[in-house]
Amino acid sequence: MADRFRINNLKKLKLIANTIRQDVLRMLFEAKSGHSAGSIGLADIFTALYFNVLYHTPKNPDWPDRDRLVLSNGHVCPVMYAAMANAGYFPKEELLTLRKLGSRLQGHPHRGMLPGIENSSGPLGQGLSQALGMAIVAKTERKKWRVYCVLSDGEHQEGQTWEAAMLAGKYRLGNLTAIIDRNNIQIDGHTEEICPLEPFAEKYRSFGWHVIDVDGHNIKKIIDACEESRAIYEKPTVIIAHTIPGKAISFMEFLTEWHGKPPKKEDLDTALSELEKQRDSIETDDF
Amino acid sequence: MAINKDMNLADPLFEPAPKSVPSRDGFGKALVELGEADPNVWVLTADVSESTRTHWFAEKFPKRFVQVGVAEQNLAGVAAGIAACGKTVFISAYGVFSPGRNWDQIRVSICYNDVPVKIHGSHTGLTVGPDGASHQALEDIAVTRVLPNMVVVAPADAEEARKAVHAVAKLPGGAYIRTCREKLPAFTTEKTPFEIGKANVYREGSDVAIFACGEEVYESLKAAEALAKEGIDAAVIDCHTIKPIDEKAIEEWARKTGLIVTVENHQVAGGMGSAVAEVSGSVYPVPVVRHGVYDRFCESGESFELLSKYELDAEGIAKIVKKAVEKKKR
Repeated sequence: MADRFRINNLKKLKLIANTIRQDVLRMLFEAKSGHSAGSIGLADIFTALYFNVLYHTPKNPDWPDRDRLVLSNGHVCPVMYAAMANAGYFPKEELLTLRKLGSRLQGHPHRGMLPGIENSSGPLGQGLSQALGMAIVAKTERKKWRVYCVLSDGEHQEGQTWEAAMLAGKYRLGNLTAIIDRNNIQIDGHTEEICPLEPFAEKYRSFGWHVIDVDGHNIKKIIDACEESRAIYEKPTVIIAHTIPGKAISFMEFLTEWHGKPPKKEDLDTALSELEKQRDSIETDDF
Repeated sequence: MAINKDMNLADPLFEPAPKSVPSRDGFGKALVELGEADPNVWVLTADVSESTRTHWFAEKFPKRFVQVGVAEQNLAGVAAGIAACGKTVFISAYGVFSPGRNWDQIRVSICYNDVPVKIHGSHTGLTVGPDGASHQALEDIAVTRVLPNMVVVAPADAEEARKAVHAVAKLPGGAYIRTCREKLPAFTTEKTPFEIGKANVYREGSDVAIFACGEEVYESLKAAEALAKEGIDAAVIDCHTIKPIDEKAIEEWARKTGLIVTVENHQVAGGMGSAVAEVSGSVYPVPVVRHGVYDRFCESGESFELLSKYELDAEGIAKIVKKAVEKKKR
């Protein structure tokens, strides 16, 4: 048995999210390739998950009763790696090996290579099915652990995601929480222009899911939404987390061009100094 | 030369032919045996539980059976998730749909994750018959055998399918088992050996070695009998495991006979014959004549009519082999 790895102090959580953003920027700069906007935009959600929501033991990543976190859109793995390193899964120095030869931090995550990674991913649309399989096992065997699945909005254009959504409704998987990064961008532009996903919430409701809309940058509300999902027994829950791609970096926010590219040196310097200023104001904020 | 007695094949082997049983029956039976022996065995299907014989498992172990509906991509993904929890998972659907329709899910969610999901493709090959070309899986061996962390097996009859299920269940990673709809002569017995990666030599011979898999093994044995009457001495080898293929057997028979003919109910490109030719080409090059379906879609018809038209029955095989032997002598 392990203790829940849990930080409730909001100031601390915000500082962690700030650190994760800085780590992600450095990683992507060193790697010279990778996906910036989505990774940065998910920093608050991954902070909430790794530092409050999940029951897990970073020093014993194979603990059988851990909550499972399935990352479906593997290209945002820099934020997951940064959260994991800050939580103690592996040394932080290793973050800068991202995408390099011999690194455990593959360009898209690989199960078996880095302890704590539940699934290999990359090709979109495959995560929810795997999360479902895990949740079916947990429910059948009356395990207490839960399954969380982080998905992108764009990958809902893959039919498999809806195959999985339909089946989750059939099995009434109350132990499954999907979290969608609703940032409205994909490689070629905005989701609603490429192939519309709305009405997103209604679609999920009609498939038998409990739906919660949340501000994906409000750590407290993300935690509250996850808590709410724990109390829903008869349905799976989907948290539609509205995020701003590149959130907190002024020149990155909202821009689709930052979906798939890393920062250059001057971008990095500007972004890090912005984040340092935000750090100071978090420190002085009254919580 | 004659039938290899060490293989304990049915006796009599030809007249009368052994009773016919669909190989999927062996698959379904083995799943029940596994389910009884191991509470960690799960089975999933995509709306074809009865025709893939997974309903036998479902009736006995409903909690470890998942019906996903007509959704083969989800089938592979859900199975990978279950397997990641320490289970051994079998997924069963028609070969044209799985691995036909969910190859990327098999590649990433199963093989790259390296989890023990065993894929059963039923109704493969021409012998699905009247359903026509859309339903005749003739490419499934090719698309599965190129994947890392994957074993590929094409059993010759129901008993071999039963043994294959038990064998792949013990493997740590992914596997593909191919069966067909048609009833096949149950010519192997409980005593016939079966080991993954080890081809079975059913008939010794000196002029040519026929490597066959699936329903083509018995047809090849019949063809060899007919050829013997014409003075051609053909060995018949059941190459049930296509990956990892038995390199030793290929080298041995290439040396012994100087001529290999491969026979499979599959496209000649990328299948068992290609795998044999790849090995022969690198370890002991001899002519490898690959017989199967020649880069085309086929058509509706009764199984025996199709096997006859596409020369995959004993008569057709004998013709191909005879031609190859004559060419070798020239």
